[in-house]
Amino acid sequence: MSNRYRKNLLVCNGSSCQQASNFDLVAFINFKLKEYNLENEIKVVHSVCSNKCSIGPNIIVYPDNVEYSKVTQSDIDDIIIEHLLNDRIVERLVLDKEKGNGVEPKKQYRIALRNCGFIDPEEIKDYIEKDGYNALAKCLTEYTPQEVTQEIIKSGLRGRGGGGFPTGLKWDISSKSIADQKYVVCNADEGDPGAFMDRSVLEGDPHSVLEAMAICGYCIGANKGIIYVRAEYPLAIKRLKIALNQAREYGLLGKNIFGTDFEFTIEIKYGAGAFVCGEETALIHSMEGLRGEPTLKPPFPSVSGYLKKPTNVNNVETFANIPAIINKGAYWFASIGTEKSKGTKVFALAGKINNVGLIEVPMGITLREIIYDIGGGIVDGKKFKAVQTGGPSGGCLTEKHLDLPIDFDSLTAAGSMMGSGGMIIMDEDDCMVSMARFYLEFIVEESCGKCAPCRIGNKRLHEMLTKLCDGKGTMQDLDLLRNLSVVVKDTSLCGLGQTSPNPILSTMTNFYDEYYAHVAEHRCPSGQCKSFMRYYISEENCIGCLVCARKCPAGAITGEKKKVHVINQELCTKCGICMEKCKFHAVYLN
Amino acid sequence: METIKSIADLKKIRTSILEENQKKIVENGNKKLVEIKVAMATCGIASGAKAVMDFFIEELPKRNIVANVKQTGCMGYCYAEPTLEITIEDEKPVVFGYVDVKKADEIIEKFIKKGELVDGIIPINYELAN
Repeated sequence: MSNRYRKNLLVCNGSSCQQASNFDLVAFINFKLKEYNLENEIKVVHSVCSNKCSIGPNIIVYPDNVEYSKVTQSDIDDIIIEHLLNDRIVERLVLDKEKGNGVEPKKQYRIALRNCGFIDPEEIKDYIEKDGYNALAKCLTEYTPQEVTQEIIKSGLRGRGGGGFPTGLKWDISSKSIADQKYVVCNADEGDPGAFMDRSVLEGDPHSVLEAMAICGYCIGANKGIIYVRAEYPLAIKRLKIALNQAREYGLLGKNIFGTDFEFTIEIKYGAGAFVCGEETALIHSMEGLRGEPTLKPPFPSVSGYLKKPTNVNNVETFANIPAIINKGAYWFASIGTEKSKGTKVFALAGKINNVGLIEVPMGITLREIIYDIGGGIVDGKKFKAVQTGGPSGGCLTEKHLDLPIDFDSLTAAGSMMGSGGMIIMDEDDCMVSMARFYLEFIVEESCGKCAPCRIGNKRLHEMLTKLCDGKGTMQDLDLLRNLSVVVKDTSLCGLGQTSPNPILSTMTNFYDEYYAHVAEHRCPSGQCKSFMRYYISEENCIGCLVCARKCPAGAITGEKKKVHVINQELCTKCGICMEKCKFHAVYLN
Repeated sequence: METIKSIADLKKIRTSILEENQKKIVENGNKKLVEIKVAMATCGIASGAKAVMDFFIEELPKRNIVANVKQTGCMGYCYAEPTLEITIEDEKPVVFGYVDVKKADEIIEKFIKKGELVDGIIPINYELAN
């Protein structure tokens, strides 16, 4: 390691930072380093976007981990003389001064994902090395079931699957139900479009879920656990099976766990991937071999669930939090987050965001921090329009919600919901009517068909939205759309139908002007709905090369060589190939 | 197969894991092994992490580098898959994004052999609970 550089400068390679500095920062720094004869001691490297685009360009000094922001050409000398030569931090360039010594506070805090990406999920010893199964041992040998349940209640943990029901309370109810057999069920039927939190936990840290299920079994008095996982997750299933075998071999599942008389076994059941089976009553019916249809609550599964026995259903992420709470204490967990929503939440960022990824943030963080500081902002520097949280059951949040602290209650108050944690970010090019149509299309596919409001109502809603997108909507349709949405919401049997009109209602509240434009002005403001688009060929720019005419799959373009071509609007399918292929920018949209 | 019958057994296993790790360090001439973690969730594998991991497993012994290459779950940097995290001795772990076989070769030659950073580093942006 003799050739090692004394220090490194990590220069952010994100597009935003490059645009912010109108000169080649890396080349300039290298030039300056030569001037100071430091080129053999300091190396400059590009780093992948450091997510702080709003205060770019950013440079990190490694290994000191000091981050300088808004660096300009004239600052480079200071950084070299002060920091690189004299080891003094250039305070004025450290923008986040709160935490001192220039080390930026980290926005993310990982509890559920604490082992994800750090341990080998197929190796139980890796998990044990990270304090794995310590929580289960502690519970079984040092505490009564009631004490453990109280600890979970005190921690304030709420169900991470979307409902937000207090987990400890659920365990308490399940424990008080009297029956000869009880069940612990792990809901791993993750079905929201764009969500992959549960899959990541199961693929990255399966033992934490098994351990938590055993703890839950101890608390409620169940000796059987079932993981309901969708068959579309083959890798998660493979790793779960490996984990189960290892836990059994080590005696961590089975009879006399940790030398006590507690017995617990876990089996896996596969779901066929129906969205409605994420709803707990439908999930239970599916496990029983019946159709995945929900039934009215009460009775709640905690009282009468799988095979009519008390069944405690929790989500994967909820379980993943449990061992950490037992190991570090309820007060530690309750110290994170907001007043009514404790701890952290895992989100899957998707859509028009630079850093698509899996993040875990404390409750109470703002949308702005998630999108701009962690997510690295909107792709191509476009304008943020909305974010859909809670998948097809949730609603959209807009610019005015950017500074809203996110927790279960604030999102509900804003007309959306926490949901399981999918966040789909949309920019100025996305049409909100079309977005609502996409979700309704999903719902129509996924409705189980048991109750009429959901089966027929959603179908009609989808038809109306399609009509709007096709430019055939009337003002009457807008009223009808809103009214029917409310009816479907109020009269559907289960959560799926009760929440399915949310994307319509929230986009109508926040983006009524777009709906209005589709109907009254016959245009799609973001230019996404194809039926409103017309492609034309500019007489000025067209040189008559025939390329577009040859490439048009619909044969809609006519013209002779060296004469201006014309698009037949009746035949045009609006695929945009002509625009793409024209080298002379002669094709334009109106 | 040893089974765990008490907290003491669990602790014993943990100690034996630590001892094993220590043994490997001693065998390596009192130096910590280079640790390479490859994010191998569905998403990572889909973008080519398996090929990168195989490359490390095949190439490192050929180039006389003793390292501990292992798979992990998702690290969260979906936009920069395949990703890997490398820890050299007592240094802080460094995460690399967009790693293909060519980049892996560069990482072995420059970062692992000489401790020289290469392009494509992802600044770590989270804190851990444990």
